[in-house]
Amino acid sequence: MSARYTATHTSLRTAAIMVLFTVVFTTVMSATYNATRPAIEASAQQEKMRLIDEVLTPGSYDNALLDDYVDVGPTPQLGLTDGGRIYRARRADAPAALVLEAIAPDGYAGRIQLVVAVSADGHLTGVRATGHRETPGLGDYIDPKKDRDKAHPWIGQFAGVSLDDVAPAQWKVRRDGGHFAYRVGATISARAVTHAAGRALDYAVANRDALFAAPAGSRL
Amino acid sequence: MNLQSFRENAWNGLWKQNPGLAQLLGLCPILAISTSMVNAVSLGLATILVMAVANLAVAALRNLIPYEIRIPVFILIIAALVTIVDLSFNAYLHELYLVLGIFIPLIVTNCIVLARVEAYAAKNDPISSTVDGVMMGLGLVWVLAVLGGLRELIGSGTLFTGIEMVIPGLSPLNVLGDDYPGFLLAILPPGAFFALGCLIALFNWLNARAAARGRARPAAVTPAPAAASAAP
Repeated sequence: MSARYTATHTSLRTAAIMVLFTVVFTTVMSATYNATRPAIEASAQQEKMRLIDEVLTPGSYDNALLDDYVDVGPTPQLGLTDGGRIYRARRADAPAALVLEAIAPDGYAGRIQLVVAVSADGHLTGVRATGHRETPGLGDYIDPKKDRDKAHPWIGQFAGVSLDDVAPAQWKVRRDGGHFAYRVGATISARAVTHAAGRALDYAVANRDALFAAPAGSRL
Repeated sequence: MNLQSFRENAWNGLWKQNPGLAQLLGLCPILAISTSMVNAVSLGLATILVMAVANLAVAALRNLIPYEIRIPVFILIIAALVTIVDLSFNAYLHELYLVLGIFIPLIVTNCIVLARVEAYAAKNDPISSTVDGVMMGLGLVWVLAVLGGLRELIGSGTLFTGIEMVIPGLSPLNVLGDDYPGFLLAILPPGAFFALGCLIALFNWLNARAAARGRARPAAVTPAPAAASAAP
């Protein structure tokens, strides 16, 4: 048996081959990462804008919405345990609307992530569920894409409502003595979204001036 | 690679050793993603891509990979390829990525990919290995398509939901009409087990019947049409 086949030699040689493979394939991966990064970032931005367009009429503001934001820390009123981001829409530098992230903590299957837009005059312009695990075919009508009533999706009833129209105490489903409709058989999802939308509207109206005044990109 | 071995690869992948029905490897995506036909086939196609390229890469490099460390190297190659597919989907098929995003990384742990690399590509030439990868992938895709179609049809009464994300301009079929109440169980994970169980039973029954016929008439060269029509 020659010295070439000692354990040390074999393991060094094997390790070298392993390292070689690692280097080659890591290079391939980083090259792909660099090549795809611009496209991935662009589609992430696009996706955000598409969502915001659903809750806020695209023509109602003229600033670069995604660049004009403030970050907030944990905000119980919005259900944000880890903080979130609020975008500010302006028209000719005057406040037009706030787009807020909010969380309904009490969905049927955990937290329901929402995006809520509130115009500067205190009207809710739209609510969308961006992330939830409500039961498919039952509670997931909170997402208009899953809602069977395509003409009048359930979540559309919040658009255009202000606290003057519906007092904060009335932001409940009808079953609880409130103002808003729900679908029989899945009240919990509707209740959670209704409460969260009401609280978010309340928060936006109460903190409007502070939110619009803060410098872009700052943290409140 | 001649026609004979091509046929053999195709037959093994599509039927005899079908990954979804016979080898029962890769159940993780089969059960998780087969809630609708489009999801199922899309992930299946991504898996074909990974399997074909992984088999090709391993077969081409097989003489450079020491036997003792072949498994880490295989995993490295598969993981790199899946990362590339993941990034490419995110960049160029973003809509679909939103649906499949969380499942694409799971292709790494899909046993069928490693199984074919280990059992086939490590011992065969690059061309047959690529064919094997594609055929095994296609075998998985048709099972995924049938399973996804079945669950979608029974669960929500539609077919091809989400096709507009893959091929813009096409729209889903509402087979059972707007009044169909839906059957939740088919969409939930247990539905995947039930549906797959039924498919495997059908597959085994067809194989058993074919075997029984083969024994009954070993001399028969061409199957008589009468025998086919007599079957239930």
